[in-house]
Amino acid sequence: MTVEQIGSEGKDQFPIGMRVLAVDDDPTCLLLLGTLLRRCQYHVTTTSQAKTALKMLRENKNKFDLVISDVHMPDMDGFKLLEHVGLEMDLPVIMLSANGDTKLVMKGITHGACDYLLKPVRIEELQNIWQHVVRRKKKDRCNSGSKEKPHPDSGEAAGIGNVDNNGKLNKKRKDQNEDEDYERDENGHDNEDPSAQKKPRVVWSVELHRKFVAAVNQLGIDKAVPKKILELMNVEKLTRENVASHLQKFRLYLKRISCVANQQANMAAALGTADSAYLRMGSLNGLGNFHTLAGSDQLHNAAFRSFPPSGVLGRLNTPAGLGIRGLPSPGTIQLGHVQNSGNPTNDLSKLQSFVPGNHNTNILQGMPMSLELDRLQHNKSVGHIGELPTTDSTTVFPGSGNLVDARITGFSNNPLLGVTSNSLMLEGSSQQATSHTSVSAIGFQNGNALSDFTSIAPASNQLQDSKAGSQGQASPINCNAGQIIRSAPQEWNAPRKDAPYQSHASINSSIPINSAMIQLGQCLDRNNSIFHKTTDLDSVGPLNFVDPLSIKHGEGDNSIMEPSVIEKEGYLMFQPRPHGSHVPDNIGSLEDLASAMMKQADATVIL
Amino acid sequence: MDVVNQLQRQFIDYSASLHREGFLDDQFTQLQKLQDDNSPDFVVEVASLFFEDCEKLINNMARALEQQQGVDFKQVDASVHQLKGSSSSIGAMRVKDVCIAFRSFCEAQNREGCLRCLQQVTHEYSLLKNKLQTLFRLQQQILAAGGSIPVVE
Repeated sequence: MTVEQIGSEGKDQFPIGMRVLAVDDDPTCLLLLGTLLRRCQYHVTTTSQAKTALKMLRENKNKFDLVISDVHMPDMDGFKLLEHVGLEMDLPVIMLSANGDTKLVMKGITHGACDYLLKPVRIEELQNIWQHVVRRKKKDRCNSGSKEKPHPDSGEAAGIGNVDNNGKLNKKRKDQNEDEDYERDENGHDNEDPSAQKKPRVVWSVELHRKFVAAVNQLGIDKAVPKKILELMNVEKLTRENVASHLQKFRLYLKRISCVANQQANMAAALGTADSAYLRMGSLNGLGNFHTLAGSDQLHNAAFRSFPPSGVLGRLNTPAGLGIRGLPSPGTIQLGHVQNSGNPTNDLSKLQSFVPGNHNTNILQGMPMSLELDRLQHNKSVGHIGELPTTDSTTVFPGSGNLVDARITGFSNNPLLGVTSNSLMLEGSSQQATSHTSVSAIGFQNGNALSDFTSIAPASNQLQDSKAGSQGQASPINCNAGQIIRSAPQEWNAPRKDAPYQSHASINSSIPINSAMIQLGQCLDRNNSIFHKTTDLDSVGPLNFVDPLSIKHGEGDNSIMEPSVIEKEGYLMFQPRPHGSHVPDNIGSLEDLASAMMKQADATVIL
Repeated sequence: MDVVNQLQRQFIDYSASLHREGFLDDQFTQLQKLQDDNSPDFVVEVASLFFEDCEKLINNMARALEQQQGVDFKQVDASVHQLKGSSSSIGAMRVKDVCIAFRSFCEAQNREGCLRCLQQVTHEYSLLKNKLQTLFRLQQQILAAGGSIPVVE
């Protein structure tokens, strides 16, 4: 089969050489499918295990253009695989089945499949599947084109609210942007230059997501249709399709959150956070209004509660932790993206899986975050929370699901995972869309049905922005963080004993953690410094995001310790600072914290 | 040349009869078309895979249906579903048709009906296996005699 050799050259002769991943547990069908695809001159990889397929996809996000999968598989349901791929990699997926029941086809559609084929598959049907790849690319391109807008702008906008009190932050943001750009390039998700990118994606910045969530709320989640949402949002260059796909993810996220709410508690436990607060947060019902942190105070109590204080953060150190906590997709996605960085990828994957609502607390463990953290530590100040996907307003609170209530607006891809060194969250870029859902899920894990999921991390796209944003926007977070922290402190108490934050602990630490939450507050300015709490971010679900993110910021800003607030979404990712040096104990407010952070030359992200 | 022609004619006739009797359908023809110089044994390969798979699935079903305690119809159904998918992919029409009936018995949780279908499936499978083996043998003979496999539409 010479076609397989096409490799990169194939790209130029698209659709010839399009890279397809075929998954089917039936060997006969798999052989047939593979042969048919090769006959169409695609570059084909086959596997009979869905898990293997996911692994391959996670290893290299850019390795495939399209996935075709059977519905009935023993090791993993085809729809589940579909969800994962959609959220983590945002690749077009075609379902395949011998059963053409309307219900199944519908299920495929709701899970995001771009097509549903019946077995036996004919070659004629396969000859046109490349259209799905083109369509998606085009959509992304448009989206990114409209959004791309220099991150700094969006970052500012996002952060805006509270933003920066600090000129430094701005600067950081810019730096961050550069970093992000760089990262982005690495990832290949360069929103800045969609035309040059293979898969430009719409970047759902915090601001944008916030608008989205607001629009959805206004219309009512049941009645929210893309067209109306688009009208309400009134954003130039945003297409109905962008909104539609974002909405889909959002809905999935909501669904997921409500399911995983309980699991949050589990996860918290898994995270090892000693802090039961986190668990308690699970019941954060109060989160209900987590509005995009953009300033809503709602988060405060609710949000904070959900974030297991330091305990979680502690965990956050490990990138994984961050992601899991609730970092809805953004985190996860981030993770996925992070892969670019290399290590994180694996971990991220975990996170990612986490995000989809799986409570993979394990993810935390796996999280490369630690890697990131290390990196951060060495690097400059982590302040780079920018990674945080600053999804619009979705303040994704990693906090145990509870966040869900909050409008996790900020939760843009939260770099939470940002840890993964850049690519983490932000990379989400394409993923962002998907991440939203996941992100939200994560954050919200706390089982609270996000009633107001407005902010659920739009992360996916946000991430991209977040990168830019995070840069230095510690301030935004501060603002919110302050608010949030105040309110919630109680819960946080927890574990952070070691954390310098202890005192502020609830708040401060929360801040970092909350930062994730804060994100809620939209603090997410891009660079919300992620408070890394080395200690325990335990429940800080959302925190997860923060840390990595902040760390990311670190890229160049050693001094910026600002709480890495997830820019995008306001998802503050507080990353437990590995060093623990971070924030002075008395940071009573996020602002203080942020400043403290900034002062700290230590790159460690404060969480 | 004469030998080759003869063999080829035999092949065509045999193929036609298989189609006529419903053992094979159009999908099989598609498979044959996919065979080319790059993959000269494609059809044989797919068929062998199918037989292996079929046997495995039939065994699974038999075991599940034999359970005296209680038949796990879901499991049986899963196997039938897979068999249906692979038989339709290769063009084994009769096998596939039995599978369709089999599935409704599974849904109705009718053990007797399932057992009957299992018997039928086994029967159809062995019939098909024999027939295909004959067909492949003819193919080989043609190639050995220096001829090429005629494409049967």
